[in-house]
Amino acid sequence: MAKAILFDATKCVGCRLCEVACAERNHLPYDETIATEEQLSAYKVTAVQTCGAHFVRRLCMHCLEPTCASVCPVGALYKSELGPVVYAPERCIGCRYCMLACPFQVPAYEWNSRLPRVKKCDMCVDRLQQGELTACAQACPTEATTCGDRDALIAEARRRVTESPDQYYQHIYGLEQVGGTSVLFLSPVPFEQLGMRAHLPQQALPILTWRALAHIPDIVLVGSVLLGGVWWITHRRDEVAAAERALKEKEKKQ
Amino acid sequence: MSPALRFPRWTFWQWVFALVMLGGIYAAFVRYTRGLGGSTALSDLFPWGLWIGFDVLCGVGLAAGGFTLATVVYIFNLDRYKPVLRPAILTAFLGYLLVILALLFDLGRPERIWHALVMWNPHSVMFEVAWCVMLYTTVLALEFSPVIFERFGWHTPLRWIRAVSIPLVIAGVILSTLHQSSLGSLYLIVPHKLHPLWYSPLLPVFFFISAIAVGFAMTIFESYHSAKAFGKRLPMPLLASMGRVLAVVLLVYLVLRGQDLWRLGALAHLAEGRPETYLFSLEIIFMLAAMLLLFQRGTRTSQTRLYFAALLYIFGFITNRLNVSITGMEAASGTHYLPRWTEVMVTLAIVALGFAIFRFAVKHLPIFVEEKPTARLEAELAPVKG
Repeated sequence: MAKAILFDATKCVGCRLCEVACAERNHLPYDETIATEEQLSAYKVTAVQTCGAHFVRRLCMHCLEPTCASVCPVGALYKSELGPVVYAPERCIGCRYCMLACPFQVPAYEWNSRLPRVKKCDMCVDRLQQGELTACAQACPTEATTCGDRDALIAEARRRVTESPDQYYQHIYGLEQVGGTSVLFLSPVPFEQLGMRAHLPQQALPILTWRALAHIPDIVLVGSVLLGGVWWITHRRDEVAAAERALKEKEKKQ
Repeated sequence: MSPALRFPRWTFWQWVFALVMLGGIYAAFVRYTRGLGGSTALSDLFPWGLWIGFDVLCGVGLAAGGFTLATVVYIFNLDRYKPVLRPAILTAFLGYLLVILALLFDLGRPERIWHALVMWNPHSVMFEVAWCVMLYTTVLALEFSPVIFERFGWHTPLRWIRAVSIPLVIAGVILSTLHQSSLGSLYLIVPHKLHPLWYSPLLPVFFFISAIAVGFAMTIFESYHSAKAFGKRLPMPLLASMGRVLAVVLLVYLVLRGQDLWRLGALAHLAEGRPETYLFSLEIIFMLAAMLLLFQRGTRTSQTRLYFAALLYIFGFITNRLNVSITGMEAASGTHYLPRWTEVMVTLAIVALGFAIFRFAVKHLPIFVEEKPTARLEAELAPVKG
């Protein structure tokens, strides 16, 4: 079963215990200064952002068809069976195409390291494998972040939205965005107000480049035949001309 | 005074070159000791900057003369273009080597540049780019090798390389087609980030056509400079006809771009007084001016005017690549990118290195050769016939 995370902004009180648990699990530094930074970075793979009266978490969305995995030239990012999009630092060459391509602007880079890596949430893949919850879901005191099977979480999200229509903006973010994500969001206000991209296409992005890449065999085949054909014709002309000239010279001599 | 007299007399440009190289070496030192964070203005919000936008995107584009001229000479069998073929191949070969050099600066882990050889992801445009760079650089080395073999009189390898010259040229043209267009395909994945004045499903087509055009423009550019530097006669009829081809390719390109912007409804953005609008206009004005000038006979027959028109288009081309990679990506990133001195210095040093190696090669290798076309043609055809 594919795992997922459901974040419900109506329940989040902004205590940042998820940030603390995440930093601990990922062996990243955490102190009062870092706590005030509300952006994702190489040392902060989840961040709680204050948006007016509401709080929202930022973390890797773990897309069902991840753009980052599709653009990585060396396959350093991949979607695991359990749901998390996982990074293999030993393969990464540091081209940073994943960062450019990510529709949610998630991957961060260790800019100041001489042996830099990409940093992003891996949905505690090792914990999930052992049947545990993600560190953030385990730490959340208000059940704003919950973790479980994606289908069950979607059903739960639908239930909340329909049962309390006055509390929720009528949309589950992550159900359809770029083909669906493994991190789902509920909100009391439209998602733009939480600083989230509202106008993302429903279709997964990798098809955009794949459409171009799929033409490669045609270009190679048609191109070779075409170029070879033109070459044959243009040189045949020379050969014929040379043969005719030789013939004429022979006639002259005779 | 006497020690000053013994000092080698350097020309102005030699001084410039030395200073730029020194600056470049220092910038390289900063890059490799302090990492990308300490040497570039790049950030999580803006991960690709000048080194990708200029050194790679423009570098590969400006090397396009290699495949356009190879097509004209070998495939279309237009022998009269032979005098400009070798300089074009040299430019392309140098261009690709310098692009690889630039990548060694830009990649976070340059020592792993070989990973794409063994770790495959055929769904990635970057994977295609990596393979095109590797394969086409190899092809260019082979296409350039006869110059070395001739210089040292190695006849056996010269025969071998001539025997495979046509398959080699065809491979080179196809790899170039793939590579030039794939640099545009890189940006197909960011419809939500790249400004609508540049984002289009036709990006790979636009990158390819503009590369063909810049191949001709660069050939005119380098022929002019080489003629000036070495007191050689310019093959004006050749350059003039290339100028005409350039004008036609530009016309096709501009009509397609305009039609595409119209179709996607992006022209409305021209009414906004934003940096994107101005820099887009600059790009189009450069290209349009070059095209209009080149359609005039007077431009094509005058050395300096032809050179100036080609230069205008080269500027337009560079503006376009920088617009796609930097201008058009800024608004969505929510940040402002201005390259650091280290990024500029490395770029300048790489360009200077290109000029210097080109000059050195022209001086010491048979690049600009006057030859009897028929004898050459027979030598070329002989192995193919046999």
